[in-house]
Amino acid sequence: MSESTSSGVLTTADGVPLKVSLRRAVRRSRFKALLLVAPLLLFLGIAFVMPIFDMLSRSVANPEVPTHLSRTVAALEDWDSQSGELPDESTYAALATDLAEGHENRAIGRLSSRLNYEQSGMRSAIMRSGMASRTMEPPYKEGLLEAHEAWGQLETWRLIKRESSPYTMSYYLAAVDMKLSPEGAIVDVADNQKIYQALFWRTFWMSGVITLLTLVLGFPIAYLLANLPLRKSNLLMILVLLPFWTSLLVRTTTWIAILQSQGVLNDMMVALGVIADDARWQMIHNKLGTIIAMTHILLPFMILPLYSVMKTIPSSYMHAARSLGGKPFLSFRRVYFPLTIPGIAAGGILVFILSIGYYITPALVGGQSGRFITNYIAYHMQTSLNWGLAAAIASILLFVVIIFYLVFNRLIGVDKVKLG
Amino acid sequence: MTDNSAPIGEVDPELADVERPTNEQDDCFARFVNVQKSYDGVELVVKAFNLDINKGEFITLLGPSGSGKTTCLMMMAGFETPTHGKILLKGQPINDLPPHKRGIGMVFQNYALFPHMTVAENLAFPLEVRHFTKEQIKDNVERALSMVRLEDFGDRRPAQLSGGQQQRVALARALVFEPELVLMDEPLGALDKNLREEMQYEIKRIHASLGVTMIYVTHDQSEALTMSDRIAVFNDGVVQQLADPQTLYESPANAFVAYFIGENNRLVGDVIERLGEQCKVRLDGGDTVLAKPVAVGGIGSRTTLSLRPERVTVLHGASDPRGDALDNRFSAKVQEVIYLGDHLRTRIAVCGNEEFIIKTPNAEGHYALRPGQEIEVGWASGDCHALDA
Amino acid sequence: MFKKSMLHHAILACSGVSVLGMAAIVQAEELNVVSWGGAYSMSQQKAYHDPWMEKTGDEIINIDRSGNALAGLRSQFEAGNVTWDLVDMLPADAMIACAEGLLEPIDHDAMLADAPDGTPPSEDFVEGSLSECFIPQIVYSNIVAFNTEMFPEDDQPDSIEDVFDLENYPGKRALIRKPINNLEWALVADGVAPEDVYDVLETEEGVQRAFDKLDTIKDEVIWWEEGSQPPQLLADQEVAFGSAYNGRIFNAMVSEDQPFEIIWDAQVFELDGWVVPAGKLDKVEDFLYWATDTQRLADQAKYISYGPARESSNALVSTHAETGIEMETHMPTYPANFETAIPKNDPFWADNNDELTRRFNAWLAQ
Repeated sequence: MSESTSSGVLTTADGVPLKVSLRRAVRRSRFKALLLVAPLLLFLGIAFVMPIFDMLSRSVANPEVPTHLSRTVAALEDWDSQSGELPDESTYAALATDLAEGHENRAIGRLSSRLNYEQSGMRSAIMRSGMASRTMEPPYKEGLLEAHEAWGQLETWRLIKRESSPYTMSYYLAAVDMKLSPEGAIVDVADNQKIYQALFWRTFWMSGVITLLTLVLGFPIAYLLANLPLRKSNLLMILVLLPFWTSLLVRTTTWIAILQSQGVLNDMMVALGVIADDARWQMIHNKLGTIIAMTHILLPFMILPLYSVMKTIPSSYMHAARSLGGKPFLSFRRVYFPLTIPGIAAGGILVFILSIGYYITPALVGGQSGRFITNYIAYHMQTSLNWGLAAAIASILLFVVIIFYLVFNRLIGVDKVKLG
Repeated sequence: MTDNSAPIGEVDPELADVERPTNEQDDCFARFVNVQKSYDGVELVVKAFNLDINKGEFITLLGPSGSGKTTCLMMMAGFETPTHGKILLKGQPINDLPPHKRGIGMVFQNYALFPHMTVAENLAFPLEVRHFTKEQIKDNVERALSMVRLEDFGDRRPAQLSGGQQQRVALARALVFEPELVLMDEPLGALDKNLREEMQYEIKRIHASLGVTMIYVTHDQSEALTMSDRIAVFNDGVVQQLADPQTLYESPANAFVAYFIGENNRLVGDVIERLGEQCKVRLDGGDTVLAKPVAVGGIGSRTTLSLRPERVTVLHGASDPRGDALDNRFSAKVQEVIYLGDHLRTRIAVCGNEEFIIKTPNAEGHYALRPGQEIEVGWASGDCHALDA
Repeated sequence: MFKKSMLHHAILACSGVSVLGMAAIVQAEELNVVSWGGAYSMSQQKAYHDPWMEKTGDEIINIDRSGNALAGLRSQFEAGNVTWDLVDMLPADAMIACAEGLLEPIDHDAMLADAPDGTPPSEDFVEGSLSECFIPQIVYSNIVAFNTEMFPEDDQPDSIEDVFDLENYPGKRALIRKPINNLEWALVADGVAPEDVYDVLETEEGVQRAFDKLDTIKDEVIWWEEGSQPPQLLADQEVAFGSAYNGRIFNAMVSEDQPFEIIWDAQVFELDGWVVPAGKLDKVEDFLYWATDTQRLADQAKYISYGPARESSNALVSTHAETGIEMETHMPTYPANFETAIPKNDPFWADNNDELTRRFNAWLAQ
């Protein structure tokens, strides 16, 4: 195919340099491969990358004040928020113009919602002043103060100046129970409004407990699956997979039927005389309920990676350890167990990450105390409509998951993980 | 048939339970006594296994896969329990002794080196569980590594070693705690031919220098012949013959052994006459052959004649003087000649058998045969064993 | 628009939930009407939808999403695919949606029917109930009801104080999982006069006082989120008391013969009505004109005990359509029921709902 020319460059038979020819051939096959994965890449881009990027930008986006109060923001540039003086008349005039325009364009709804997150009372201040500003005459300061007393308070102006940037940290701060003080310092919110720190912490430790439980329960099952004769292990595998074929809601509500105070388990215990009728165990609508139901639901995600790793461990390793004089438990601990660590790690990180993101089950069986942070993401998406806060909480979860993944990759190595 | 060749057929269960005299026990290092094994309660994988192993002996269990040889090894190691019978080690029954208390070294088919430990850690494992001191462990590991000539490989992981190196580590690990008995389960099966031969020599060397008793399982007859003091040939759960390599090759006890060990030509017919050390057999093709009766019944019984290819002589015409010593002479026709360098492998048609193989050394004085050529062949009746049908 | 809607999906996806995109092909003769479900939707079905469909051949489809109407509207507008044609909404949400430009402004006198005597809508509807984008239908009330079988006949509860009195009236309480109503009732139970409730709630001490009072029953509360839950919990005797919309309790009492009783004391009443998503006016204006006339509003009161929002309809309210019982005494506005009524303060909640909900959730999570 190739021959050396006088210049020393290898060429193919028709004189094209070998490197060029090779590149061309490779490019063609690469292009074909790319065509094959193009639908998936497109799908990932639209359904995964873009939404995540959008979520990240939404968690810091702060368009309301800069857009809808643009004149006011410009006028406030020269105002010293620490001066202790209210802004001058020109600023009030700018505000009146902004609000009148916002009212006309129906833009002040968002603005008022945004500012009301930061300071209660801003909604009516904006709405009422918006209505009044349509017909307002100079001096605007008096007119606006008449419309709402908030315009006479320094905090209101400081808030507007603070939120005049197109980006804000306030959603992230709110997501960790903090806020910016009127002076601009980061401070904790009042104790009676703290909620997310505890929820993050609860989500993580409960997910940890669930992961540990799935490991303790799943390890022996995975071992049996990997070591039983084929016919028996197939049957067992069907039992393990059965929950996958059942709707998540059905599984969750079944746990309600079993665990509730008038449920099967309590009835049995009362009938057996283990507990008195008026002292039934509270096993659902609390943390215990969430842990029990989620452990059950996530168990296959632990068993399958464990199984696939155990399947590759030949029985000769244990035989070797025993023949070399290792007692059964010692042989297990020194030889078998270390070899299952990639499976444990894969199952562990899978269950842990899934558990952190679980939402339906804690909502149904968690009651007040067994809810996860994800339930509040849903709440802010669907009920309170504070999407910025929802995005910030979700982003924090995303970061935590990424950190877990990186740590995991460092310690175990993702390439060692085998699934299913 | 020599004294140490003992064909063992199906044993009457009544007789199987009879203990052998105790004085014999004392001489033996390890013994299988009437061992039977069944996994499913329906079929016996090992039907009745008796074997006495002397101290320092190299015993090979040879047989096709599924013949029960590995099961016997696993029962000795303690990973399988005999369904019936006894296994004794130094006179003590060990049926109920768990594997880790038997003190038997074992080399596995795939080496079973612990992949998460270094070579040195692998070797240290049996010492650690025996609570050796750190210094002792270090010394023993070093000594074991130098024995297999891998002094510089202690820090490597098994995956970083070649197949032959892994094999040596496995050997060193099975020996490092100085067991008196070492079991090997097809240890060379995964190696290529050259390496395998090298390792055979290596294992023999170590066996000779340490004087340990070894039980070796393989399905490779040449490996078995090369290495063993004695070989037990397994088939269908039964030991067909237990003998030293030469006896096994020269005097197979039955058709299976003859077929399994080395190459052999088979001629099938009926015994028509017994003449002391000889018998006359009429082949199905009509020819009559003189043979040495080894495992045949009386007149009229069916028999398979076994004849090694290298024991067949091609005669230079009817007047060849070498023909005088051969009491079986037949004319034959050359079918195919295969050139194998040091010898020629020739397929001929003789006595109605078209698959009859003869081997002739590639040396002066031997005819170059051509397909289609009519020749005369002959063999001594003592080389032609009349075996079971 | 497209991009923004995906955020919604991304966030829910991150929380382990996949949301099925809602896509409905709207045909000209199909009206998607969003309402509250249960007995309330049934009353609308019988008073408005069924007769209208019979009259015009239009198809009216009920969607029970009013509980999250504002969120639903926002997502539909962000996605650029508005499938709702008419939405039943609370006035406070309507104000927000209106200010965000999600709704059609309504010229009530031009778009709605006059009363039979010629009174224009702006004068016929309950005073102060009309707002820029909102057409009131009913006056409803948040009340606490109880199951009469769970208390001795001679000692039935009759005030909000009793709801907070675990000693004399033991049992679980079902309350809405929101600060609204609960804070008002806590203060009334703590001795605040109904007319002073919002003044007290304006202060930090007042809010703390309300939460302190709620603390006293917190362990006995089951929090509900769907309007259909409290009647069910009461019927199952899972709870002794349940806060609810009065029409739902009425429905359970008369249609299902449940042994419930309403505590009218400190009822928190407000309006409920229609809003039209922006761009949908042409499609629904005929239906809207007809369904908000005097007779139709009076008709709805035959099926559920909510007062019509038109003065002119009140005179036409008569008896329950199925049982024939007199509706008057079951209405929130009936004088005996109305003595201690609290009008829900929309401006207060518009300003303070964010912060009080945050605090309420924190309190719940403790």
